[in-house]
Formats: sequence, structure tokens, C-alpha cells
Amino acid sequence: MSLKKLKKTTLFTALLCLSISPYASALSLEELAKRLDKLEQKNQQLQTENQELRQLISKSDDKAEAAVAATESLTGNSNGLKKLANWADKTTIGGYGELHYNNLDGKGGASDQDAIDFHRFVLFFGHEFNDNIRFFSELELEHSIAGEGKNGEIELEQAFLDFDLNGNHTARAGMFLLPVGIINETHEPPTFYGTERNPVEKNIIPATWWAAGTGLHGQLGKGFSYDAYIHSGLAVPDSFSIRSGRQKVSKAKANDLAATARLKYTGIAGLELALSTQYQQDIGQGLVAGLKSANLIETHAIWSTGPFTLKALYAAWDIDGTAVKASGADKQRGFYLEPSFRISEQFGVFTRFNQWDNKAGSNSGSAADSEKQQWDIGINYWPHEDVVIKADYQYQNNDDGKEQNGLNIGLGYQF
Amino acid sequence: MRKILLIISLVFLQPTFAKGVYQTAESFLQNNLKVNQSSNSSIWINKKRKQVITDILQHPPRFIRVKYWHQGSKTAWILDEVGKEKLITVGVVIENSKIETLKVLTFRESRGWEVKHKFFTHQFSKVGINSQHQLDQNIDGISGATLSVRALKKIARIALYLDKQR
Repeated sequence: MSLKKLKKTTLFTALLCLSISPYASALSLEELAKRLDKLEQKNQQLQTENQELRQLISKSDDKAEAAVAATESLTGNSNGLKKLANWADKTTIGGYGELHYNNLDGKGGASDQDAIDFHRFVLFFGHEFNDNIRFFSELELEHSIAGEGKNGEIELEQAFLDFDLNGNHTARAGMFLLPVGIINETHEPPTFYGTERNPVEKNIIPATWWAAGTGLHGQLGKGFSYDAYIHSGLAVPDSFSIRSGRQKVSKAKANDLAATARLKYTGIAGLELALSTQYQQDIGQGLVAGLKSANLIETHAIWSTGPFTLKALYAAWDIDGTAVKASGADKQRGFYLEPSFRISEQFGVFTRFNQWDNKAGSNSGSAADSEKQQWDIGINYWPHEDVVIKADYQYQNNDDGKEQNGLNIGLGYQF
Repeated sequence: MRKILLIISLVFLQPTFAKGVYQTAESFLQNNLKVNQSSNSSIWINKKRKQVITDILQHPPRFIRVKYWHQGSKTAWILDEVGKEKLITVGVVIENSKIETLKVLTFRESRGWEVKHKFFTHQFSKVGINSQHQLDQNIDGISGATLSVRALKKIARIALYLDKQR
């Protein structure tokens, strides 16, 4: 041992003695060594536990990840139950309904109307056979009870198949709503103002109007879309009431078919412009003397900006035939304007002016006072985006003096 | 006759645009954030967040976490919501609590396809949410595509809300 090294050892020993001198009397070096051993063991144990905890956390992360992945996989497409069965994943069920209360005073020979009526209860069923073939149907119960002598009826309004030809064009076959007007295809209660559907589309177009046939629909680009169908026609009776001519595809007379086409533009946010035209080979199906072919033109515009929306619609029939001309019903037309304001997510108000005439071709005889006018003003309250409560007041001003004025209240839903 | 056949061919043999995948998630993230799809973070939907999202969707969310991607001051979110019957997948890029880009990535519905167009999605640019989690600017709808429009507005609100929750 060198002198230098001896000096260092001596110095270290002296410092150690000084540092432990207060305990020197209580703890021997042997006891200190034992305590250090215990501390080392404790440290080793903690390290082992720490390692085990890390492994457990890692496993928990893996488990959580697997659980999340499984849950997301189960619920990802539609919902868990649907995913359990493949057919259920491709099948959709929906519906809508509306309950109406009418409190109308009749004058000029028109009847009072104090009634509460579950006007429509509708169920949708759809099924996707594959990515390109779909089925859709709509089954409706009107006025709650159907049957012999009852007010209501059960109607199959739609049952058709769509075949996608490519991403832009689809062929349709079956029974479907005709592409005419604003509410004929989209008439779930939360989507429109007013308890009752507007009288122009009801009496002129006539909504709700469906037929059996086939055709194409799709998009042409730049915001333009089209529909073109050949389908069963109307069978207007000798009263020449267009609405009474709906055959509802119930053993419908198909002596003379009809064709409908629509061009629609929705290339600007908030704007819809549409033009529909229809040709009926023989609107009486050859069964009414003096009633021949007919043409329908319908056009409408919808403009929404901020809380404001304006809807405008015009529809007109031009019917050929000696008898229908003599009655004045060869021209049937009407229009309405409907401005509305959405106060909030829950509330909206509207007013609507309707004018229509089912005998606009003449001003004599029964056609002399055939023009009708109706003002509607009301409010919609949506407690949920798919549930609506409506209240509106209607005021009629008809040339024949027969008018029904008063309050309508409605409750509607869709899902 | 040849002309008629040519016109029919041109109409029906167009590339598919209405239904399908317009842009993959990977491409959307690369174009907007220059990040890979795998480099995501997650935000868990706890009780409070679930309540807010339920209020926005008007039904409980189907997810218990949401993945997102971030690069600098931007975040990107890819979310799904049902329009009428099928899920619509939408990518949203947010910077400083305002939407920079909103794009429909996959559209599976047979109606309401108009929401894919830029004339509609451009309206979401610079839109944020207020304290009630409502969009702070009006979005004009598309007639006939009401449910698809509604789905996109909900997705925008959820993305903006979760961006604030990071």
C-alpha cells in the first residue's frame, strides 16, 4: 500500500466514524449491514412488484382495446341487434303518423266539422338485397278503423324495387309515388307546416298519388336530377274530379297508360326548382264518353335562407274531350305561396295562400263559381326533431260561398 | 339509332359519383394534415360527454371513444351518422375551434346525395359552436336531402365539441 493510498483510507475511516458517531454506541456495524440487506431486499421486492404492475397495466390496456374494438365492431354499422343477423342489418323499419283535431264552422251550405281523427298510421319496410337492389314499401291505415262501413282504409301506397344501374342512375319497378309536387313524395308530418296537407296539391295534383309502373331516376350532374316513368293512369269518373280518378293500383283499369317526367335542380344550397309533366293517354280509361287525353304541368320552387323559407307551387291540367269541355273541367289549376319563419329549433310559424279551381275552363253553369281560396296561418312546435305539434287557423273565401273556417290542431311523428 | 345508343351509353356509363367512397380516410388525412391514419389519439366518451353528444344526436352515441389526428394547431375527425337509413362518413378538419374543411368521405344512402357537393359543404368553413353546442352560423339546407343535411350538421357539432374537450 502506497503512502498516498494509506492517507486516503485513513481519512475516509475518520470521516465515517465522525458521521456515525452519534449512533455508534447504539448500532454496530453488523446491525447496519443487516439493515442494508433488508433495504436491498425491500428494494428488490418493490422492483418486482413494479414490474408485475406494469405488466398488468399493459394487459389491461390490451383488454380495454379489445373490448372497445369488439364493441365498435358490434355497434359500428347500425346497431348491435341488427348486426347479429345479416338479414336484419339489411332490413329497415320506419313510419309516421298524425292525429288531427278539426274545429271548423261551415257556412253557405258547407257543413261544420268537429272531429278528432287519427288520420294516418304508416309503417315503412325496406330491404337491401345487395348494394344495387333495394325494396321499399309503405303500408298505411287511414282513419284508425278499416272495414265494411268504417271510415278508414288500409292502403299499400308503395312497394317497389330499385336497381342501381351505376352510381348515378337507378331503374325502378313496382308501385310508387309519382314525382309531382312538393308533398306527394315527402309528407311525413314533421317536414311540413299545417295540420292538413295543402288543398292545391290535394285537389289538383292529386296528392297522395301513387301508380304502378317502371322507369328511371337519377342525377345528371351540376345539381340536376330526373325521374321518368311509364305507369298506370287515372280513371276519372264522369264528375271529372281528378282526385276521384285515383285507382290506388287496386285492380286498376290499365287500358290506357300514362307517363310522368320530372327535372329538378338543387345545385344551390337552400334552393329547389322542379318541373313535372304528365301525359295521360285517356284519363277516363275509355270508360267515360267525351273524356280523352290529358296533360299535367306542375312546377314549384323552394327557397330557404337562414330562418326564412318560401314555397311556391303551380299545377294545371289540360284535358281533352267534348263532355269535359262542356263542364268547364277541361282546365283545372291552382297555386299556393307559403312563407315561413323558423323562430328557433323548436318553433316555426307560417302562412299560406291557396287558390284552386277544378272547373277553370268555363264561367257558366256549375263552373261559374268554382274558384276557391284558402288562407292558413299557424305554428309548428318540434319538441324533438322527429315529433311535431301543430296549430293553425284556416279561412276560406270560395266563389260559391260554401266555406269552412276554423282551427286545426295536429300531432305528428316520424321514425 | 346510333346517336340514341351513344347518348344512352354516355348517360349510363358515367363514372359513379352518387353512392360510394369519395375519398378514403387515409387520403383525407394525408391531404389535410400530412399524417398517417395509424398515428391517432383517442378521446373517451365519459358520462358528461355522452350526455352532450346524445343531446346533439337526439339518440345515444354508438361509440365509446373517438379517434382523432392532430398536426400543429389542426385536428382531424372522421365520424359517422345515419342520414335516413345508412351511415354517412364525414371528415372534419378544425383549427382554432373553427371548421377549416368538412368533406363527405363515404355516402351510402340512396337519397340525399346532394350533401356531397362543395356548394353545400363550403358553408361549414369557419363555423364554430356556441356554449349550447349549436353551430354559430346558419347552414342552408337542401330540399329533399333534409336528413342527410341534419346528419352532417350533427357531425360538425360533435367534432367541434370534442375538439374543445381534448
